[in-house]
Amino acid sequence: MTATDLGQPSFGGGLDLVPTTDETQKAKDYTSDQEVRWCPGCGDYAVLASVRGFLPELGLKRENIVFVSGIGCSSRFPYYLDTYGMHSIHGRAPTIATGLAVTRPDLSVWVVTGDGDALSIGGNHLIHALRRNMNITILLFNNRIYGLTKGQYSPTSEVGKVTKSTPMGSVDAPFNPVSLALGAEATFVGRALDSDRKGLTEVLRQAAAHRGASLVEIFQDCPIFNDGSFDVLRKGDDVAERLIKLVDGEPIRFGNEDEWGVVRSATGGLEVARVADVGEDAVVVHRAGEEDPTQSFALSRLSDQDLTHTVTGIFRKVDRPTYDDGARAQVAAATEQAEQRGDNLQALLSGKDTWAVLPEPENEQ
Amino acid sequence: MSTDTAVGPSGREVRQTHRVVIRFAGDSGDGMQLTGDRFTSEAAAFGNDLATLPNFPAEIRAPAGTLPGVSSFQLHFADYDILTPGDRPDVLVAMNPAALKANIADLPHGGMLIVNTDEFTKRNLAKVGYESNPLEDDSLEPYTTHQVAMATLTRGALEPTGMSKKDAERAKNMFALGLLSWMYHRGTEGTEQFLREKFAKKPELAEANILAFRAGWNYGETTESFAVTYEVAPARLAEGTYRQITGNLALAYGVVAAGQQAKLPVFLGTYPITPASDVLHELSKHKGMGVTTFQAEDEIAGIGAALGASFGGSLGVTSTSGPGVALKSETIGLAVALELPLLILDVQRGGPSTGLPTKTEQADLLQAMYGRNGEAPVPIIAPQSPADCFDAALDAVRMALTYRTPVFLLSDGAIANGSEPWAIPDVATLPDLSTTFATEPNAPDGSGEFWPYLRDADTLARPWAIPGTAGLEHRIGGLEKADGRGTISYDPDNHDRMVRLRQAKIEGIEVPDLTVDDPDGDAEVLVIGWGSSFGPIGAACRRVRAAGMSVAQAHLRHLNPMPGNLGDVLRSYRRVVVPEMNLGQLSMLLRAKFLVDAHSYTKVAGLPFQAEELAGVLTDAVKGDLPA
Repeated sequence: MTATDLGQPSFGGGLDLVPTTDETQKAKDYTSDQEVRWCPGCGDYAVLASVRGFLPELGLKRENIVFVSGIGCSSRFPYYLDTYGMHSIHGRAPTIATGLAVTRPDLSVWVVTGDGDALSIGGNHLIHALRRNMNITILLFNNRIYGLTKGQYSPTSEVGKVTKSTPMGSVDAPFNPVSLALGAEATFVGRALDSDRKGLTEVLRQAAAHRGASLVEIFQDCPIFNDGSFDVLRKGDDVAERLIKLVDGEPIRFGNEDEWGVVRSATGGLEVARVADVGEDAVVVHRAGEEDPTQSFALSRLSDQDLTHTVTGIFRKVDRPTYDDGARAQVAAATEQAEQRGDNLQALLSGKDTWAVLPEPENEQ
Repeated sequence: MSTDTAVGPSGREVRQTHRVVIRFAGDSGDGMQLTGDRFTSEAAAFGNDLATLPNFPAEIRAPAGTLPGVSSFQLHFADYDILTPGDRPDVLVAMNPAALKANIADLPHGGMLIVNTDEFTKRNLAKVGYESNPLEDDSLEPYTTHQVAMATLTRGALEPTGMSKKDAERAKNMFALGLLSWMYHRGTEGTEQFLREKFAKKPELAEANILAFRAGWNYGETTESFAVTYEVAPARLAEGTYRQITGNLALAYGVVAAGQQAKLPVFLGTYPITPASDVLHELSKHKGMGVTTFQAEDEIAGIGAALGASFGGSLGVTSTSGPGVALKSETIGLAVALELPLLILDVQRGGPSTGLPTKTEQADLLQAMYGRNGEAPVPIIAPQSPADCFDAALDAVRMALTYRTPVFLLSDGAIANGSEPWAIPDVATLPDLSTTFATEPNAPDGSGEFWPYLRDADTLARPWAIPGTAGLEHRIGGLEKADGRGTISYDPDNHDRMVRLRQAKIEGIEVPDLTVDDPDGDAEVLVIGWGSSFGPIGAACRRVRAAGMSVAQAHLRHLNPMPGNLGDVLRSYRRVVVPEMNLGQLSMLLRAKFLVDAHSYTKVAGLPFQAEELAGVLTDAVKGDLPA
C-alpha cells in the first residue's frame, strides 16, 4: 500500500462556501414556534439564547444552517431553532453531520450533544469526526450528569459521585473533554461557561469561522440532578482565582488583580504561581495556533477537573486540511478527468471484455 | 457428458460436449481464484454460458498445506443456458494433498482428476492426515487421474528467466490454467494479454507467468497422457452483447446507474466487511460518475453518514453483511421515522455472530423484515443471480425515492462472488428514477407553513425538502411526529395513525405480480424460493420435468411487500415447497400471512443448494412422499 501526495491544501474560513444574506436578522428569526421544554433554571436556556443571539451575526442564509443532535436534554436544541434540524439517535449526530458536510459544502453544519451523548455512547464518532477534521461545529453541553434518564452519573462525573445508579459513589474515572479532543487531533477546541454569554459567544464566533472540526465544551448546569455543579465558577469571592480566560498571544494571568499566572512546572507541565514570586517573564504566553498541542493539553489539565483552576476560551486553533474538502476535491478531479475522457454510464457497464450473441439464424453455421 | 467425437489436428480425439464443470482447488496462496477467474473470462469470451462458485477460507493465508487453507473455484460452462455453478465437478484440479482431501468426495466416479504431484511429500501428506500416499495406493482408482509434476515443470520452464526456484514455482497455477486451456480448446491470447496488463509494472513477472501458462499448454499438446480434448460450443443465449459479471460488481454498477437515472449524487457510507467490501472497492473507483464513498469508523457511522447525505439530497447508500445490519438497525429505524430514501445493501453470509464470513446463507430475511424496535416496516428486494443484482439495485432505488423509505437489498455470498454472463443493458432503456424536492410551503390551511409529513395521496410519501431551500426550514427526528404537520406529538391517536400510515405506505409499494413457470400446466406442486437459490431450484425443476413429472416454479424478488397475487398463487397448488438456506424464514412468513401448509426444506451449510438434492425433494413432493 502506497501513500500519495494529495496536493497542497487550501485553507479558508468555516463558512466560506455558505451563502450569505444582506437581510438583517434578529434572534427571533432563529426562534421556532416550538415551546421550549427544558426544566426551569436549566443551563440550556442560556446557551439557546446565546446561539439565537449569535447566529444573526454570521449573516448566513437561514436555510443553509443545519443543527443535528443526538439524544439527551440538550439534543432537543434543534427543535427550538428555526433552521433545518435533525434530532437523531443517541451518540450518532456526528455521523449524520459527516454525511451532510461532505455532500453539502453550502451548509453550516452544527452538532449539539451532551456529555453522555458525545462521550459515552457516541465517543467513537466524536473522536473520528475530530481526527478527520470534518467542517462541523460541535457544541458539547457538559453538565456532568444524565438528565433525560433522570440522574445517573455520566462519563464526566467526578469519582465518588452519588447518583441513582451509584448509591455508594461512582468508581468510574471521568473524561476530560478538552484533553480528549486534543488527543483526538482536534484542530479547534474551546470551552465556555453557559452563563458567560460574552465568553461563549466569542468561542462560538471563532468556532464557526474555523474551517474544520470545532469542539466547544460548554459547562452547563442541571438544576434538577446536579444543581450548582459549576457554581464555584459563577459566584463567590474566589471566582477570579478559579476562572482562567485564555487570550491568544497574551500571558496567562488571572485573579482580581491578575496576581496569578500559569508557569512551567518542574516536571515539564504547567502550574499556577503568584506572579510576584516568579516574575512576569515566567508566565507562559497562550498560543492557540501552536502546532504542538502540548501546552494546550497541559492547560486543559491544570487542576484536574476539580474546578480549582478552570481554563476557558480557545485552547487550540490550527489549520489542517478537512476531510470534506479533500473528499470533494477528489470527486471534482475525477469528474473532470471523466469528462475529458468522455466516460459515460454505457461505457462503464460495457467494460472491456464483451462478446456478441447474434440473432438465431446468423448463429447457425 | 459427451455427444460427439472427432479427431483433432494433433491426431487426438476431440469430444464435443454440452457442459463441463471444472473445479480448481489449492492452497489459499496458490492463486486458485485468479486461475478460475481467468478460465471464466476465456469461457465468457468464447460465448459459453457460465456460472461460477468461488469458495475460500476467511483467513487470508491459513497455514500452508492445511485443510482450513484450501481455496477452490468451480466453473460451469455450457453451450446452453445453465442455472448453477454445477453440483459436482467433471474435472478436479488438486494442487496439493489438502485440496485433494477436501474435494475428492465431490468428484463422481469416472471424473477426471489432475494432481500436482510435487506437493505430495511425506510432510504435506501427514499435515492433512493421509496415512499413505493416495497417488500410490488404490484410493484414486475410481477416477481418471493425471499425475503432473506442475511445480517441477514450471520451474523448468522458467529456468531461463533466472528466477529463484521458489518464485518460479509460484507460477504453477498458470501452468494448470495452460493445461486446462489446451484441454478445452481455449485461446491463449486473452490470458497472455491479461497477464501483461496485470503485471504491467513488473514485466518480468508477466513473462514468467506467460511462460508457465505456455508450458502448461505445451505439456498437454506434447505429452501422451491426455488422449482426449473437449470442445464446448458457444451457448445460444438471447441476442445481445454480453460480459461476465459478479454480483458485487453488478450491485455497484446498479448503484452508479441508479444515481445517474435519478440525477442525484450517490453517497456510500460504509465499513469494510466480508463479503460486501468489493462493493465499496468498486464504487470508490467511480468518483467521476458522481459517487462519493466514505469509509467510516464503524458500521453505525457508515449508515449515519449515508442518512445525513440523504437528508441533504443525495442518494444515501450503505453496504454491509449480517453483523453490520445488526449494528445499523437503530439508524434504519431512524430512517423509517424520518421517511428519507436510503439503500441498505446486505450481502448475507453465514451466521450467527461472525459465523462463516466467506460462505453463503439466506438467514438475514427476518432480520431485514423485523430486526428493529417498534413497528418499522422496510421494503425488501432480493436479486436471484449475479447479473440480477444490477436490476435489483435500480428497483430498490426506485422504491426508496418514490416512497421516501429505507430499502433492503438482500444479496448473498454466493451471488456476490459468483459470476455469469450479463446482457449489457442499453442505458437508454433503463428506468427514469428522477425525483423532485419540495420547493414551496404546502400547508393545506394556507398558512404558508411547510408541513414535512403531509403525504402524497397515492404513494403516502412525504415531501423531501432539503436544507438550502428557503421557507421550508423544518426539524425532523426520531420522536413521533404529528400526522401532516410533523411537530413532536405524544398524542395516542396520532401515534396509532402514524404507525398504520407508515405500514400502509410500505404495503402500498407497487411490485409486479408473481409469475409462475409451469410449462406442463398441470403441476400440483409449487416450489417457491427467494434470492440466490433461483439457479439450483430452476435446475432441479428441469431435472424433475425431464423425468416426466410436473412441477411449477415461482421465485420471490419482492419479499416486502410481497406480490399482490402471491396468496392466490400459493393456494392454487396442492403442495408448496420452500427451499431456503436458513431454517425456514420465508416459509414461516408465507404460513403466517397466507395460512398455507408450506413445506420448508432447509440447508445451512454455507454452500448453495445442489440441483440434485432439490430434484430429490421435489420428486418426493410430486410423489406425495414429503415428511410431515
